[in-house]
Amino acid sequence: IMELCGATRLGYFGRSQFYIALKLVAVAQSGFPLRVESINTVKDLPLPRFVASKNEQESRHAASYSSDSENQGSYSGVIPPPPGRGQVKKGSISHDTVQPRTTADPQEPASPVVSPQQSPPTSPHTWRKHNRHPSGGNSERPLAGPGPFWSPFGEAQSGGSAGDAVWSGHSPPPPQENWVSFADTPPTSTLLTMHPASAQDQTTVRTVASATTANEIRRQSSSYDDPWKITDEQRQYYVNQFKTIQPDLNGFIPGSAAKEFFTKSKLPILELSHIWELSDFDKDGALTLDEFCAAFHLVVARKNGYDLPEKLPESLMPKLIDLEDSADVGDQPGEVGYSGSPAEAPPSKSPSMPSLNQTWPELNQSSEDTAIVHPVPIRMTPSKIHMQEMELKRTGSDHTNPTSPLLVKPSDLSEENKINSSVKFASGNTVGQQQAGVVAHPPAVPPRPQPSQAPGPVVHRPVDADGLITHTSTSPQQIPEQPNFADFSQFEVFAASNVNEEQDDEAEKHPEVLLVEKASDPASSLRVAKTDSKIEEKTATSAPANVSKGTTPLAPPPKPVRRRLKSEDELRPEVDEHTQKTGVLAAVLASQPSIPRSIGKDKKAIQASIRRNKETNTVLARLNSELQQQLKDVLEERISLEVQLEQLRPFSHL
Amino acid sequence: MAVCVAVIAKENYPLYIRSAPTENELKFHYMVHTSLDVVDEKISAMGKALVDQRELYLGLLYPTEDYKVYGYVTNSKVKFVMVVDSSNTALRDNEIRSMFRKLHNSYTDVMCNPFYNPGDRIQSRWALFAVHALFLQGLPC
Repeated sequence: IMELCGATRLGYFGRSQFYIALKLVAVAQSGFPLRVESINTVKDLPLPRFVASKNEQESRHAASYSSDSENQGSYSGVIPPPPGRGQVKKGSISHDTVQPRTTADPQEPASPVVSPQQSPPTSPHTWRKHNRHPSGGNSERPLAGPGPFWSPFGEAQSGGSAGDAVWSGHSPPPPQENWVSFADTPPTSTLLTMHPASAQDQTTVRTVASATTANEIRRQSSSYDDPWKITDEQRQYYVNQFKTIQPDLNGFIPGSAAKEFFTKSKLPILELSHIWELSDFDKDGALTLDEFCAAFHLVVARKNGYDLPEKLPESLMPKLIDLEDSADVGDQPGEVGYSGSPAEAPPSKSPSMPSLNQTWPELNQSSEDTAIVHPVPIRMTPSKIHMQEMELKRTGSDHTNPTSPLLVKPSDLSEENKINSSVKFASGNTVGQQQAGVVAHPPAVPPRPQPSQAPGPVVHRPVDADGLITHTSTSPQQIPEQPNFADFSQFEVFAASNVNEEQDDEAEKHPEVLLVEKASDPASSLRVAKTDSKIEEKTATSAPANVSKGTTPLAPPPKPVRRRLKSEDELRPEVDEHTQKTGVLAAVLASQPSIPRSIGKDKKAIQASIRRNKETNTVLARLNSELQQQLKDVLEERISLEVQLEQLRPFSHL
Repeated sequence: MAVCVAVIAKENYPLYIRSAPTENELKFHYMVHTSLDVVDEKISAMGKALVDQRELYLGLLYPTEDYKVYGYVTNSKVKFVMVVDSSNTALRDNEIRSMFRKLHNSYTDVMCNPFYNPGDRIQSRWALFAVHALFLQGLPC
């Protein structure tokens, strides 16, 4: 159990570890297999039986875990604010803030089982709106599980021990809930699955009087897995609150407005000041949406009794564009590894809070962290983004989230590729082939591959190269990988250019090209028909419409030179084209590597440039096909002329 | 390298004062207090319109056998006083200026916090961190 809850790893029992351990004890005592999942999956466990009397609370906690698992999912179930409370009597847990609150709570011994702190979003009321009705407040939330559970529990504990009081304190969660609610619900929802912690939230809510309960709830609500991760519900709630102050989500909340808003939370000014310092990432005196969510999350966590960290937890950091995807990833993983995360979170938290006056348990800090997630992470999952990107790609929209590419899996990539191909053109087989290769590669993310690909197309279209490069960078990017991100855009460029040149070279080169190729495929397919004779020899797969002799070769970046060689080899006849293409590719590739770096900062610009690139790509592809056609015509004419010449020659000799 | 850093409000009461732990704080507090006279003297001597960065930096206020006291004033008449140990490798003027600049930045960050009322004692942890960096390496990180 110790190992499961992470205490062994940590070397100590943080709050979350403690709760997990209790839960596991209950699980084990019930005869269930002891696994990490059992914490979440096994519900309604009988309270762990401990010899010591003080374990009542523990058992309650454990019970709460099981019961809460339903409701509280979001709240970091494991983080047991209540334990703090329960311990008030024992004096073990030293939540300075919590303790005063808990003492207040005992007054409500059997308060109705507090409805799970559920869904702060449901009770988005202004802070403390519901302070006054304990049972009513919760009604918003689906008490269901925890509720009933708690009441019996409370009854059982009617000893009025601190624990009971603690638990009962939950019932008057309304005040907390109001404020906390938003904290709770979001976290609970997510945590529901994870930990019964939600139950804890409830308990904490109950025990603590309005103020205290609010804090507790907050703590509980913070998802356990990542103490500072913001759950989706929470985030949604924060966003809604942000909108009430500042309708424009991209705008700022001025300091004065934020001050008023956060003052309503009734936290001491010093703490609010600290929260502000933590969350105002760019120190501009105003809060962006991300900063606001982080601040709100910190307040919630603080109200729940978690200590404020010394520095902003990673999950709360306003996402720089690049980090968005990672942030999202962080959110999700948070829950998954809750057992592990609590262990990790507390350690991080505790060190950070040394100076805090309150002796909030480390968990508090960590819980806060879990509750508050990067604002960014919440973004769409990579896969979603990919799909979107794919579509965007078609429209030349650019990868929406540089980060998402990271999340996007290769499968998405392939999907995108397919989509791209279909969307873009009735890409021929070559595209498909290329894409297949691309799909395989995307995870690789090598900017290099692009250069190779780029060289091909680049060569052909020097002029377009720039445009294509930007486009390709954007379009290919849809593929989740960031590194590929840049590549893809190049590929697209190349794809267009490749259509003329030789797609197979590119296809072979990189998966990224795949995307590009898709774009190029349509063009290439057109050309393929025309240039089949010429190109087919070289590139079996890609119908390199290298016809694009006419196409302006892309400015061959130095990098693509490598690829160029490859493509050239294949396309012997089209050396020129290849060079052009490679040049283009090189340019694209060259541009791509740099793209990822700046992506974080100029996502939008990149996306715009991607769109432009895509458009350019399509234009170039068309141009390519036309030129190929012309080339064919010209060749035919030449042939006919030669024939005539031959025929006439005998006469000339005469 | 600085052994004492002080932020003095416009009305000449300290907003924040911190000394290196090993030193005798009272002595430094006294030195800072006496240096305020020098600061006022320099400010009045400057005359009007000193919005210049150079003018913000007052330079060496007065040297003692062991320490040197440097001064810096902001546009809102908030004064920064820094006491550095003379025994250290003589800090170049530029270094002192950069230290003050960083101190000024930290002070601005504190000001940006809407929860901070100007005139209150500075209890921000962030500000403390920056100042601690000043002590440790002479330059805030």
